Amino acid sequence: MSRIVAGPFNRVEGDLEIALDIQNGKVDSAEVNSTLYRGFEQIMLGKAPLDALVYTPRICGICSVTQSVAAARALADCMGIEMPRNGQLATNLILANENMTDLLTHFYLFFMPDFARDLYADKPWFAEISNRFKATSGSATAVMLPARAVFLHLMGLMAGKWPHTLTIQPDGSARAIDRAERIRVVTIISAFRKFLESELFGDNLDTINSLSSIDELNAWQASKSWDHSDFTRFLHISEELELHKLGKGPGNFLSYGAYPLTEGHLFAPGQLIKGKRTDVTISAVTEDHAHSWLTPLSAPVNPMQGETTPDLDNDNAYSWCKSPRLDNHVMETGAIARQMLNRNPLIEALVAANGANVHSRIVARLLELASVIPAMQTWAKAIDPSAPFRHETKLPDSARGIGLVEAARGSLGHWIEIKKGKISQYQIVAPTSWNFSPRDSFGIPGALEQALEGAPVRPGETEPVAVQHIVRSFDPCMACTVH
Amino acid sequence: MHNLLWLQSGGCGGCSMSLLNAESPDVIALFEAADINLLWHPSLSEASGREFLAILNDILNDRLSLDILCIEGSMMTGPNGTGRFHVMGGTGKPMIEWVSELAAKSRHTVAVGSCAAYGGITAAADNLTDATGLQFEGEQTGGLLGDDYRSQSGNKVVNIAGCPTHPDWVTETLTSIAMNEHTDDDLDELARPRMYADHLVHHGCNRNEFYEYKASAESLGDRGCMMENTGCKGTQAHADCNIRPWNGQGSCTNGGYPCINCTAPEFEEPGHTFTRTPKVAGIPVGLPADMPKAWFVALASLSKAATPNRLKQNAVSDQLIYPPTIYKRDK
Repeated sequence: MSRIVAGPFNRVEGDLEIALDIQNGKVDSAEVNSTLYRGFEQIMLGKAPLDALVYTPRICGICSVTQSVAAARALADCMGIEMPRNGQLATNLILANENMTDLLTHFYLFFMPDFARDLYADKPWFAEISNRFKATSGSATAVMLPARAVFLHLMGLMAGKWPHTLTIQPDGSARAIDRAERIRVVTIISAFRKFLESELFGDNLDTINSLSSIDELNAWQASKSWDHSDFTRFLHISEELELHKLGKGPGNFLSYGAYPLTEGHLFAPGQLIKGKRTDVTISAVTEDHAHSWLTPLSAPVNPMQGETTPDLDNDNAYSWCKSPRLDNHVMETGAIARQMLNRNPLIEALVAANGANVHSRIVARLLELASVIPAMQTWAKAIDPSAPFRHETKLPDSARGIGLVEAARGSLGHWIEIKKGKISQYQIVAPTSWNFSPRDSFGIPGALEQALEGAPVRPGETEPVAVQHIVRSFDPCMACTVH
Repeated sequence: MHNLLWLQSGGCGGCSMSLLNAESPDVIALFEAADINLLWHPSLSEASGREFLAILNDILNDRLSLDILCIEGSMMTGPNGTGRFHVMGGTGKPMIEWVSELAAKSRHTVAVGSCAAYGGITAAADNLTDATGLQFEGEQTGGLLGDDYRSQSGNKVVNIAGCPTHPDWVTETLTSIAMNEHTDDDLDELARPRMYADHLVHHGCNRNEFYEYKASAESLGDRGCMMENTGCKGTQAHADCNIRPWNGQGSCTNGGYPCINCTAPEFEEPGHTFTRTPKVAGIPVGLPADMPKAWFVALASLSKAATPNRLKQNAVSDQLIYPPTIYKRDK
């Protein structure tokens, strides 16, 4: 047995270190260390409740709107209100704009460049992939960055700027858009759709969204040359490198449900534990500090009772991240979990075949890009510029609330308690806190820790490339993880 | 060619995400145009782990020149000065030590964002993590590197403050450095590039007609001026957000919410709820830059008396109620 301390990892939104015990050319066990502590949960105490809308987006520059929405929903829960329809539509559009930008950024800038590494130079596909995806110099970056920037004009119009907006309020959107602006929003989304259809998928999104089985996906792939589009390029190298055998997750999935309107979510919420689907039992969410540099707890607690006090004397600790569990189970969250809970037939088939793995996680993300963009087009057209965007509502002096939302990378929750007009409790459980948690008090490894077990390590590798593929397949956000 | 290294510590990464919003041209093309060679950036570069540490060691051992060191995020000096709130992954060494050593080698050192400049959001409340800026701690000079620090070119740390930074503030500052034009004279008292910090957010604000008549918003989302009631600091905040829009056409004030003066040190603790204007005897505490109080009060009461009904009504609505009157020549 030998040990490697790998890090720092980049293209993970923040800093990350992983200790790997290696045996017989494979990872035997892994310890995932989120290396940065900032203390938002302590900063929030004693603040005016609405100030959460200023502070919490600044937890993260890539999930900024998601943090806004979680805070707004936690405050709305305190108020016991629902946004007017325009507010819901605007929130969905702004959030989807961030999430779709994230899925795009993750695929092109964070995940694919690892296949352009020189260690793959002997592969027949290398010249094409390297030319397309090489970090900073690849041809994809040159077309993707401008398309990304123009897509984010939706933020300029509907949210002032990105990241870090204050437009999203508990009781609606503070930016009513007029008729001309609504048309510009429709146009921005249509233009981005064209980019996805020409560069990423090489086909109409409706066709991509109609693929409902592995056979149909294979048939679609077979009908194109392997270098037809970025999706076919990925499918080809995934096949060649057998990415479906890498990074199998814990098999339990959590989604708080994404893009709600009064009549329901675009992607249904739920939990899937040991094959059993139910509604999310939010009261069964707990966090413990058994392996975190935090003052120990006598038992795992629900975030409403959660505590956050740094303590470097915890000898069992190896991360600043807490260990969130759902009814004591390790959960995987993210696009694949959302699509499992929403019963996307292709994703269900991929997971039935080989579980959540590097291949199925990426396919789930790309399918989500294909399916959310048409929904955005519908939401934009549904905005009624003559109807209200916000119903101003006063906060109660004392209340408790929970705000749940899906970031691109998974389930985010804010737990707030207000006493005498001030925040008396604020706890945040972020997507990558679930996925990259350390071991819990039962010694059960977190989702990434489990996914890394068995990963191949080539002789002499210090940051094994298989480990890098697995880590980045989760689209981690280390800034959110500890906060 | 100018070698640029970008590191992140106690922040959200939002200034990097904002940098990727640069357009016409994009950030990669801008760097190429400025002859900037990206040694490493956490969101953009291939190198991870040992490959990346080899770059740092080459700089520290003078095998590689470091022309521009960009730091994003606060410097985490706690607990008790150990820096253990951020130990750089894979190294066992606190980030503050890496930054101090690299800053001793860099020709220019740049704090990107208000966290790296002054401590920023991470230093809010009682600053339990002892977060500080590179050469400022809040409004006071000092910070991690100290008041006396000068980069190899003899210059102070450049504070591209903002939360987040506008992509152009960063690319234009870096290009100016790469063109060998940058000196300390290009910075204001808080070491911000004067290229953007000599403006006020108020300049070009599309609520200016409401400001002129003190037709004020009462709630977020109202169309009126946000200075009197909803906490807007645009008349005091140094930045060109309404001259040079964000994400194509936006700004905070255009997004329906007040300027919170995020380019200023200690913006994170305004001493009041961000979206409520503190007042004494009904008069906002923070007056427009360079405006004598007596004149402000006199002008405000005069302009309030003169406010057209159109502006009075529109100011407290999120939608246009009354369009401007059309004047025709009498015939």
